[in-house]
Amino acid sequence: MIKFSKVALATVGALALAACNDDSDSDSATSIIETPVEYEVVLKNLTNGQPISPPSLLLHDTGALFTVGEPASEALELLAESGDASEILSDTAFILSSASASGGITYGTSTTITVSYTDKVKYLSFVSMLGNSNDAFTGLNQVDLTDLALNDSATYQTVAYDAGTEANTETVDTVPGPASNAASPDGIAGEAFNAERDDIDIVTMHPGIVSSDDGLTTSALTYQQKFDNPVMSVTITRTR
Amino acid sequence: MTNKHLIAAGLFGLFSATAQAQDLTVTLTNLTHSIYFTPVVAGAHDASTEIFETTTPATPELELLAEEGDFSGVSGLLGNAGADVIDNPAGGLLASGESTTFLLSNSSGNDYLSVAAMMLPTNDAFIGLDSWEIPSEAGTYTVYLNAYDAGTEANDELADSIPAFPGGDAGTGGAGVTTEISTPNVHIHPGVIGDADAEGGISDLDSSVHRWLNPVAKLTVVVE
Repeated sequence: MIKFSKVALATVGALALAACNDDSDSDSATSIIETPVEYEVVLKNLTNGQPISPPSLLLHDTGALFTVGEPASEALELLAESGDASEILSDTAFILSSASASGGITYGTSTTITVSYTDKVKYLSFVSMLGNSNDAFTGLNQVDLTDLALNDSATYQTVAYDAGTEANTETVDTVPGPASNAASPDGIAGEAFNAERDDIDIVTMHPGIVSSDDGLTTSALTYQQKFDNPVMSVTITRTR
Repeated sequence: MTNKHLIAAGLFGLFSATAQAQDLTVTLTNLTHSIYFTPVVAGAHDASTEIFETTTPATPELELLAEEGDFSGVSGLLGNAGADVIDNPAGGLLASGESTTFLLSNSSGNDYLSVAAMMLPTNDAFIGLDSWEIPSEAGTYTVYLNAYDAGTEANDELADSIPAFPGGDAGTGGAGVTTEISTPNVHIHPGVIGDADAEGGISDLDSSVHRWLNPVAKLTVVVE
């Protein structure tokens, strides 16, 4: 009974699409229960000067990597302050399958990751750090894949979040990325992860980079590292 | 396409066509890092009513909300127009990351949802939703809200012109960012400048604390 209602709902969605898209897949009602699944995901870094840390795409049926208004997990704190996704991968119990990029995504460029699983899945999620920041991150939280039919695509734009675990001082000592390192007078890289939580300790939207060019004289960052939303464009195509 | 699917689609259409009044469960979340929302006003109203519109001047009622955080004028405007109104669902300020959930039963014909609250600390910034058409089909809908400038007060960013600093982080001695109103019409807020000098500089706001990027609020509407 539950399966039937899901099929019916998916078909209603397909009908609505058919009105504006001749290529709409009328077989979507049956293809959503095919297994296994594979998704090709193109991730574009839309920012002017923020490297995106290597994304790890996660497939899951339950759970969420973060919730706005709630404290970040320790794994998310590590990711947001250093770009290190290893604890996200090792400590997240609900991951069914994952696939990681071999490196970060430079501003103005894109990367493609393919992720698959042996059975249908409900959600795709990922988080990545904005490298020239204290604890800014972006990502997708529980993108619902259940209505994405074979060979169909969906594009999402991501926004910048603030992990709330490190104050946005933008100083050369606290920002780890290449811009801060280049500004370091002694060549010592800015600290990445620090277990202390000296900010509001909840995840929110990010207020943006202030920068030394905009009056924050103690900032290691310049106009070039400022960003606005959206910060990434992510296109998910179901290939199997 | 099989007959079974067409029948299912037809039934959905039938249900939505017969729907009159609806029960909505609305959740508003403050997405900002350090901005407070003043008491929220929300209303379901007809197509001829609105609480603000971009590129037109703010009403005196909206000006009161955007400059003082006083929702009573907007609430009265909605009530006089026969809207289904919810006042102050959070019972006070809504801080960063906080959410408030309220039930709104809209009468037949009140098919549009509007929401507003002042953003603190600012001169006349407010979060706004202008006449969002309430879907007739049951489901969960998400709407992201932007920060608007009422266009009624120059954004000097001085403590004397800002009614409250709920975070207790008011600066002093600022010279004032500007004395001009760029446009008297409602528009997307250009954002806060602030500065890093709590006892001087151009602003009494802190550039590392009081800025934001859009969207500033998330509205989730569950239509039953």
